[in-house]
Amino acid sequence: MKTFKLGGVHPEENKLSADKAIEILPLPKVVYVPFSQHLGAPSVPVVDKGDAVKVGQLIAKAQGFISANIHAPVSGKVAKIDSIIDSSGYRKNVIVINTEGDEWDESIDTSTEIKRDILLSAKEIIDKIHEKGIVGMGGATFPTYVKMMVPEGKKAEFLVINGVECEPYLTSDHRLMLEKGEEMLIGVSILMKTLNVEKALIGIESNKMDAINYLTVLAQKFNGISIIPLKVMYPQGGEKQLIKSVINREVPSGKLPIEVGCVVQNVGTAFAVYEAVQKNKPLIERVVTVTGKSLKKPSNFIARIGTPIIELIEYAGGLPEDTGKVISGGPMMGKALNSLEAPVTKGTSGILIMTQKESKRPEQLNCIRCAKCVEVCPMGIEPYLIALYTELGKAEETEKERVMDCIECGSCSYICPSGRYLLDNVRIAKSKVGYIIRNRK
Amino acid sequence: MGLLTVSGSPHIKGVDNVKKIMYGVVIAMIPAMLISFYFFGLGAIKVTLVAIASCLLFEFLIQRFLLKGKTTINDGSAIITGILLSFNVPSSMPSWMIIIGSLVAIGIAKMSFGGLGKNPFNPALVGRVFLLISFPVDMTNWPKPQAFSTALTDAITGPTPLAIVKEGISKGQTIPEIMSSGKIPAYVDMLFGNMGGSLGEISTIAILIGGLYLLFRKIITWHIPVSFIGTTFVFALILWLIDPSLYINPLFHLITGGLMLGAVFMATDMVTSPMSKTGQIIFGFGCGVLTILIRVWGAYPEGVSFAILLMNSVTPLINKGFKPTKFGEVVKNG
Repeated sequence: MKTFKLGGVHPEENKLSADKAIEILPLPKVVYVPFSQHLGAPSVPVVDKGDAVKVGQLIAKAQGFISANIHAPVSGKVAKIDSIIDSSGYRKNVIVINTEGDEWDESIDTSTEIKRDILLSAKEIIDKIHEKGIVGMGGATFPTYVKMMVPEGKKAEFLVINGVECEPYLTSDHRLMLEKGEEMLIGVSILMKTLNVEKALIGIESNKMDAINYLTVLAQKFNGISIIPLKVMYPQGGEKQLIKSVINREVPSGKLPIEVGCVVQNVGTAFAVYEAVQKNKPLIERVVTVTGKSLKKPSNFIARIGTPIIELIEYAGGLPEDTGKVISGGPMMGKALNSLEAPVTKGTSGILIMTQKESKRPEQLNCIRCAKCVEVCPMGIEPYLIALYTELGKAEETEKERVMDCIECGSCSYICPSGRYLLDNVRIAKSKVGYIIRNRK
Repeated sequence: MGLLTVSGSPHIKGVDNVKKIMYGVVIAMIPAMLISFYFFGLGAIKVTLVAIASCLLFEFLIQRFLLKGKTTINDGSAIITGILLSFNVPSSMPSWMIIIGSLVAIGIAKMSFGGLGKNPFNPALVGRVFLLISFPVDMTNWPKPQAFSTALTDAITGPTPLAIVKEGISKGQTIPEIMSSGKIPAYVDMLFGNMGGSLGEISTIAILIGGLYLLFRKIITWHIPVSFIGTTFVFALILWLIDPSLYINPLFHLITGGLMLGAVFMATDMVTSPMSKTGQIIFGFGCGVLTILIRVWGAYPEGVSFAILLMNSVTPLINKGFKPTKFGEVVKNG
């Protein structure tokens, strides 16, 4: 079984909702659509209070190169432009829409028919992806059209599709592959056409054998798509780790995957690309896993963007009494929420409920220099050393220790027997070194 | 429901913790401890208990009354120091000397640097070397092993196989003469621990069982023991091939003295050994070379504890010089 060679951990998988089919979440009464749901500049609203909108209508326009359009996830009236605490924990601007009915923009093909023929040219596809506000659905939310434009002088050889879902608990990609497999593969073909590559490799962790088997059969109908089963090892889905696993190439420090001839997209993104290109449908909804050991009904939902997270929790059996932490994303890299009113955004792959007991961090003990953090670091850096520099107030020294290579996977903090807050300290060092680097240029 | 907890990721924690690791090491030392009880009897039990109790007591007293902080004696690390100290002394060692050794190990080698994780040298080894220098006679007075012995102090004593060899060589005897003198126990006896020596070092088999357990529990990795033992073997082999009448065979080096004990339980001490795998191999290599240098040309018949302590002192340099392989450092395309 293929895997990356350096580091990695294997947390309990806890895929509680793996066999729960995707349910369509009932429409929320109100949606809160943030201006900024992607990496890059926030979009600028093009609607005003009182405007009537249809599902899929453009409501905020991309601002600059790295940005993304935002479309109305529901039909109704714009109640106001307001601010709300989102999953980042900060107050962010949102467009508030009161739902009335479910009237879709006429240009969108809402039929269930699968459209297989790819009629648009590469250029038209990129424009479509841009127009429909598609961003990386794996969590990084980088605007997809930017990633699809291969820089001058570089050549893409492989499209690598991330169906790994290495985060414990999360099953949204898993369910999507099982239930929307064909559409997703058409999306992959569209991306291949855009990049002008012959080969696409879909990496899937071997704890999803049903998806691997299903897609392997389906892929025979497609040209150049192969399914690569991968060892269950976190962070198998890290971009650089995935490339190493599927084609054994190492992206150099500080460089992008295109350096080794790859473009990486998530399976959710491939599906969104299918919908945008074949169905003219903007990114207005996504699959969200709602899970947790204390939750009554761990589920997978298709939720409209802007739906308050508390509503998803209600439909999954309600917020358990002893909830200590609610996480947007998975337990290894997700963000702890401070408000359950925070809306689902383009990057919300899951909601994880943790009990008060699970939420407690252990007491920090002395570092016993066991070197486990060094052993598990998938980037081969030394978390203990960087954390030590930070604690001594010398974070700027960590640049030469390659702190900027850190992908914040959290394996170091996860494994540390002394319960040290390694990643917290590495993040501080990263932000200091990042500041220094930006000022140098 | 009250406020939600907010903290940085990751939000889950692996199952290993300091306590589990430390008690894992304690469990791994039990076979060697039982062998010492079997061959040295009550004397060994007394030494072990005194060493553990005094290490715990000193750690407690220092943390409570000198540092006026929280005590961490239940984390298991002081028990390890106690057992290792007992493993490194003869069963006839007077209790008051062991207590002094414990004070040096815990007080000077561990707590004065800031406690667990901060000490540059292995505390038990510092204690042992202190005792060896302060009380050379008592530290080299080895009761002869005797199954189920009940003697506390007046057992028959004799030198260790390494000391016999060293003495013979200094008298101008050749190795074959020494080996046929009848003073050296049979190899099988040495393998199981039926020879003179410190409590924990005598049985290669018992130590290896403990080592396998440590590997299985992933408390240690193979790098240090294999490179330590391998280097010692190869170095000894080269000397033996050069002149078998002057240098003893490599197998003898492996199963006598503290080599196994040192390579499995002391050189692998997390706190005082290097962080990267390459660093660990260098560390083991250095330990092996120094062990043979001291055993063959040094003043002492035994060199393992000095070798490990010397390598402990260069561990920070090894950590600086031998970093782990970084991702994307060597671009391999294929």
